Amino acid sequence: MTVEFIQLLVVGLVTGCVYALSATGLVVTYTTSGIFNFAHGAIGMLGAFTYWQLTVGWGWPAWVALPAVLLVLAPLFGGAVERVLVRPLHGASVDVTLVITLGLLLFLLGAANYIWDPATSRVLPELFKGGGTSIAGVNLSRQQILIVVMAIVVALALRTLFSKTRIGIAMRGVVDDPDLCAMSGASPARIQQLSWAIGAALASLAGILIAPKVGLSSLQLTLLVINGYAAALFGRLKSLPRTAVGGILLGILVEMYPVYISPHVPGFSDTAGELTKAVPMIFLGVLLLFLPSARLRTSTAAGRIAPTVPGLRQSLVGGVALVVVAVVLTGLLSSDNLGIATSVVVLAIALLSLVLLTGYSGQTSLCVLTFVGLGAWAMGHSGHSVLGLLWGALLAGAAGALVALATARLRGLYLALATFAFAKGMDEAFFYFHLGSGQQLEIKRFQLLGLDTQSPSTFFLLCALVLAVASVGVLAVRRGRWGRQLTALNDSPAACATLGVNTTITKVVVFTAAAAMAGFAGGLYGSSRGIVTNNDFAVLGSLALLLAVRVGGINTITGAIFGALTITMFPEIQKHVHGLPDKLQLAYLLTGLAAVSVGRDPDGLGGQFSKLGHYLRGLRTPPQSASGAPDFEEARLVHS
Amino acid sequence: MAAPALELKGITAGYGRIEVLHDVSLAVPAGTVYALLGPNGAGKTTTMLVASGYVRPTAGCVHVAGSHVNRVAPENLAKAGVCRIPEGRGIFPNLTVNENLRMFTYSSPFSTGEVQEKSYARFPRLGERRNQLAGTLSGGEQQMLAMSRALVADPGILLLDEISMGLAPKIVSELYELVGQLAQDGISILLVEQFARTALAVSDYAAVMTGGRIAMVGQPADVADFVNEAYLGGAA
Repeated sequence: MTVEFIQLLVVGLVTGCVYALSATGLVVTYTTSGIFNFAHGAIGMLGAFTYWQLTVGWGWPAWVALPAVLLVLAPLFGGAVERVLVRPLHGASVDVTLVITLGLLLFLLGAANYIWDPATSRVLPELFKGGGTSIAGVNLSRQQILIVVMAIVVALALRTLFSKTRIGIAMRGVVDDPDLCAMSGASPARIQQLSWAIGAALASLAGILIAPKVGLSSLQLTLLVINGYAAALFGRLKSLPRTAVGGILLGILVEMYPVYISPHVPGFSDTAGELTKAVPMIFLGVLLLFLPSARLRTSTAAGRIAPTVPGLRQSLVGGVALVVVAVVLTGLLSSDNLGIATSVVVLAIALLSLVLLTGYSGQTSLCVLTFVGLGAWAMGHSGHSVLGLLWGALLAGAAGALVALATARLRGLYLALATFAFAKGMDEAFFYFHLGSGQQLEIKRFQLLGLDTQSPSTFFLLCALVLAVASVGVLAVRRGRWGRQLTALNDSPAACATLGVNTTITKVVVFTAAAAMAGFAGGLYGSSRGIVTNNDFAVLGSLALLLAVRVGGINTITGAIFGALTITMFPEIQKHVHGLPDKLQLAYLLTGLAAVSVGRDPDGLGGQFSKLGHYLRGLRTPPQSASGAPDFEEARLVHS
Repeated sequence: MAAPALELKGITAGYGRIEVLHDVSLAVPAGTVYALLGPNGAGKTTTMLVASGYVRPTAGCVHVAGSHVNRVAPENLAKAGVCRIPEGRGIFPNLTVNENLRMFTYSSPFSTGEVQEKSYARFPRLGERRNQLAGTLSGGEQQMLAMSRALVADPGILLLDEISMGLAPKIVSELYELVGQLAQDGISILLVEQFARTALAVSDYAAVMTGGRIAMVGQPADVADFVNEAYLGGAA
């Protein structure tokens, strides 16, 4: 027991207290409203920035600004979020709540970057500067003491709230039965609003306390919530004491890792400190592995009609049309713009994997760009060989299979968290170190059958052809036997199991296929770019893509193309429209906004198009179609 | 004459596009027990849900003690004296018995102490288990706990939805003893019950529902004859 060890233990305990505070807020909102708030960290980030604005920006004294943020602004904001976004979600599926809170995360991040230019460096001072004591050689700053005291005060206050006050008991009661709460005369909506207010205040407190240590960076603070997720999961998203323990354990682990663990593991000399950031992800992943298996869900999508799946002829016509449009475009666009168009097409291929995985089979994945990145990596290490595309698909497919096997028992929220942790972990432990030199990788265009792949128009046409084939293929899969199995898996895993469909195998296969597809697209992506950086495969990018596809309609090809188009075009629009600030993250801001506004409709814009198509065909076909119906029936009888 | 404790006038209601109640009218006079009988799927529970504000009628109106309450939120109706004990167990399984009783104070004129005193006096077995989680109580004890809400809410109208469901006959008769007592205290009660005989024994008026319509209204004795027919295929 050296002094250094105890010192680290103390630092870890303090950090852990902050995680515990944040996680406690997350658990309180989750248990009372049943909605896992992915934007919890973003709310904390907003709290920290607001506090900075009040104190450093406008010179308010801390003793005014702190209560103003924690007791007034944050609770008001949390309450408003509940009223505007959460309350209308009553009874919505996990999938929808996921999209809405992820959208809020992106939106808040975009908004914060717009208000507080990330290029300017800001420092949030500690609440109490300097001072402190030293006990037996172990230093304790006043800030550290304050953090521990605050954590204890919050813990005691929550304990009193939940066991001694009527509103606190009602907050526990609403978990059991919101309707019964109302029958007893307690408004469930009000109770849930209160829980969101408390959650926002706790998130802000955690943000304000940790910002002096990790820096006032909107991205860092937002993603710090993953540590909160991990701690909350330690408490199984239910128990507050266990959540607090989880937070403290994680805090100690994070502080100890670079000193006691990483130097002793060969090959993991963690000079940059990036691996340390992956520790919470590993913690989260391990916890997810030990979660009890989720019960097979029965149907939830009652009465919902998915968009029509185009038939073979229709999808072939669509595919040919796509190639024709591409040919026309090569004549119209400059080579720069062709490059952008190629990005759209390549991204659309990657997003088709989401249509298959999330749209058809209902497996939420927040790591699509990780598979794309693996594909690009394989391509970059294959020289000019076109086989690089194949290696990329194989590598990503293998990774997808591993992810699916590791998460075989998880679904919905937990699957989303697991894929999120995987993406973040890969981001920090793999792409940061091993993508290439200096987080960059040069990728050469492959050679194929003597085609001039260096020419922008040839390469664009080639990618468009791949997209057309992939689209027709995905639709064919959807119409086939396996596609029916995927849809059934999405609709009701329980019914699938009773019919003898092995849900685990189905899931692993669809994950592998989707990942391989994304990996293949990754090879093309790398080739079209020439140079990729680790930022191209960051987890937030995956998140924005999922939301964009979702807005476009995640179970339609239209959705994939729409998602690729919007995400690629945002930065381009930004470049060309005058008066838009450089740092405005239009992609985050608008994607987030779109997700929270239309995310409730699982079919998105693609679904609307499908309905419109139905409507138009209805107009065109005269009413005597009723007499045509029996013929159709007969025809089917004859064929079968 | 005073306004009825609860009156439904020409109620049409349903879930989504499926209409369940078609033009249902009934009036529970103040201080009486009104039994609502009928086969499965007749719309009895939906009638209860409309009366307590959970299902908004698409036509017609709900009057409580003479006031129009169509668009009032369920929790506010509860505070205004509409007390519904739902089908199954109307309790919070993860709260203790004491905490459950505390929840009842939202719609009760009594303090927590008084609520506990009254409930434990009526159901001593609950008093013995006051710090136990309600979910660990036996079925009968859970229903007693649920009924305690009726006891302490001092309701203007009490809606009881199949309180006998899944319980031993002995406990059912114990619960109905309480219903009789509440009726004697002058509380107006609308009672949905599967066991027609049990319900008719305590009621002043009765109605039979089939297929989302009121098929018959009358004195308990008259309804008793009609019931067999309605249950045993009168509708078919």
